[in-house]
Amino acid sequence: MNRFIGFLKKEFYHIFRDKRSMLILFGMPIVQIMLFGYVINTDLKDVRMAVLDHSKDEYTAEIINKITSSGYFQLSNNLKSIEQVDAIFRKGDVKLILVFEPDFGKKLVKNSKANVQILTDASDPNTANLEVSYLQGILQNYNVEINKDKQLPSSIQANFRMYFNANLESVFMFIPGIMATILMLVSAMMTSISIAREKELGTMEILLVSPLNPLQIILGKVTPYLALSFINALVIVGMGYFVFGVPVLGSFTLLMAESVLFIFLALSIGIFISTVAKSQQVAMMLSMFVLMLPTIILSGFIFPIRNMPVPLQVISYIIPPKYFIVILKNIMLKGVGFEYVWKETLILLAMTFGFIGLSLRKFKIRLQ
Amino acid sequence: MNAGISIENLSKTYGSVQALKHINLDINSGELFGLIGPDGAGKTTLFRLLATLLLPDIGSARMCDIDMVGGYKQIRNLLGYMPGKFSLYQDLSVIENLEFFATVFDTRIEDNMDMIHDIWVQIEPFKDRLAGNLSGGMKQKLALCCALIHQPKVLLLDEPTTGVDAVSRSEFWQMLKSLKSKGITIVVATPYMDEANLCERVALIKDGEILQVNTPQEIVDQFERKLYAIKSNDNYQCLLDLREFEFTNSVFLFGQALHYTDARKEFSLEEVNSYLKSKGHLHLEIEQVKPGIEDCFMALSTKTDGYE
Repeated sequence: MNRFIGFLKKEFYHIFRDKRSMLILFGMPIVQIMLFGYVINTDLKDVRMAVLDHSKDEYTAEIINKITSSGYFQLSNNLKSIEQVDAIFRKGDVKLILVFEPDFGKKLVKNSKANVQILTDASDPNTANLEVSYLQGILQNYNVEINKDKQLPSSIQANFRMYFNANLESVFMFIPGIMATILMLVSAMMTSISIAREKELGTMEILLVSPLNPLQIILGKVTPYLALSFINALVIVGMGYFVFGVPVLGSFTLLMAESVLFIFLALSIGIFISTVAKSQQVAMMLSMFVLMLPTIILSGFIFPIRNMPVPLQVISYIIPPKYFIVILKNIMLKGVGFEYVWKETLILLAMTFGFIGLSLRKFKIRLQ
Repeated sequence: MNAGISIENLSKTYGSVQALKHINLDINSGELFGLIGPDGAGKTTLFRLLATLLLPDIGSARMCDIDMVGGYKQIRNLLGYMPGKFSLYQDLSVIENLEFFATVFDTRIEDNMDMIHDIWVQIEPFKDRLAGNLSGGMKQKLALCCALIHQPKVLLLDEPTTGVDAVSRSEFWQMLKSLKSKGITIVVATPYMDEANLCERVALIKDGEILQVNTPQEIVDQFERKLYAIKSNDNYQCLLDLREFEFTNSVFLFGQALHYTDARKEFSLEEVNSYLKSKGHLHLEIEQVKPGIEDCFMALSTKTDGYE
């Protein structure tokens, strides 16, 4: 036991004296949350819009009013003719143009049908799509409003409500993703680097010659990062809750227990990497390419897995963060209990044991 | 307790390079033993095998009557090992390093002060300095302290004085002498031939083979030819000319002079002198000198090369 405590003490000295690891450990989570939460924001807000109104009547005025008061769009230009469209899109400020046909109001009253055209700058296709659907929603609402008292011949009224994230806030999706990324990075990369460092500096030689057994060395290496990663998990959930209002609807204890399990998994991957990597450089590269990129791209954190080509979908099944993100979303946003996430938990558990077994088998009691 | 080492027919190959070729060696309990050889001779490989860090291809070795392969766990408790590369934690202070190694061996610094006291007093003034900021000599002293903290029976030191200044080197050897008096078997590898004289017995090793095992005195005594130091204005040209000389047994550049042996048992020095004069070396100083370990090493290693 004394040996173990001595080892832990040494590990904490290493971590606290190395500015780089301190930065990765505590600076990165906060920076990432801030970046993803504030900068990378896919929600619509104050999109600049121009209007080409050939009709200029009370209906078009009311529609424009409805749109600008929604908060999503902001009226910046009134165009005179259709020729201006090209130029204004090229300038780039205006992303969306609304064109009302001549005699819009009259046609609406007389023929109970009038046309409005939506033009968008689709150089950013996702946003363009989003803008169109938001705008359609607003027009649809208006449609319903003006037809309130009339009996329409058999028409379907679609009412929708977004569950679990009523305002479609992207930060709800990012917090679980960031949590998975950070825990993976801190746990796996930092442990693999710290073990590789012992190899690189030759201190592993001395540790091996000492009576410490592999399990003691591994546990000594892993425990500090387990503790620090757990603190990170708390910080991320805390920042999500207090800064961005991401709820934790389910059990907080369950959430933390699942996080600890995922940390264990990441640590065992880190140890496994270090048994393969001979130097800190290699350990870092391996962690980056094998863990970071798949965590961000293939885990369903940013891009929906369903839309990926089949081979990538298959690969996504062996990406541990994928399961963790599902668990996190379920617990945090849907507020479900263990009975809804046991399958994912079991997969993570199996992966953990798999990697620990592999690492213990691969961990060398000698130099070769 | 027998703290000796016996090595039998030990071989180790890395890929296509045979680092050790059928080594046989016996090191007595309590001996200060030197392993002398140039870089790449196989010293570090032999040490790593003895330190249970590598497995031999064939052959076996026993330390303290325990088999190196089967009993590696026991051996790791009895062994103090100092690798050739400085292998302490550079970001830990002197005292933190020592404390760490003490706890790894489940012991305390105070309990082992008698063992490390002589060395510790020298590094104690720097105990709060980070190990990475120590001078080369201090680093080695600290490493020795760490290797001794668990009172090992056998101490393996791989090139402990490489890259250390002359004063620290002699201090270091003084420490080894006093450690020997405590009954520890000490094996030191070194590329410095002059350090061989400080050992009780030495093994000369080259290209993975042991050339000879003997006391330094006997190795020197075995040198059967007369050795001459020749100084001239142009040592290098003189070396080339002597190589052409029909009676030359060996000639090496040795510091400021050439060390020369003649192939004949009986000969007159005048003959060598006049040969060199005929080659244009006019300012010559020739005197007979006592052979050192290095001369013996050169003689032995050329013999095995079949180069006479």
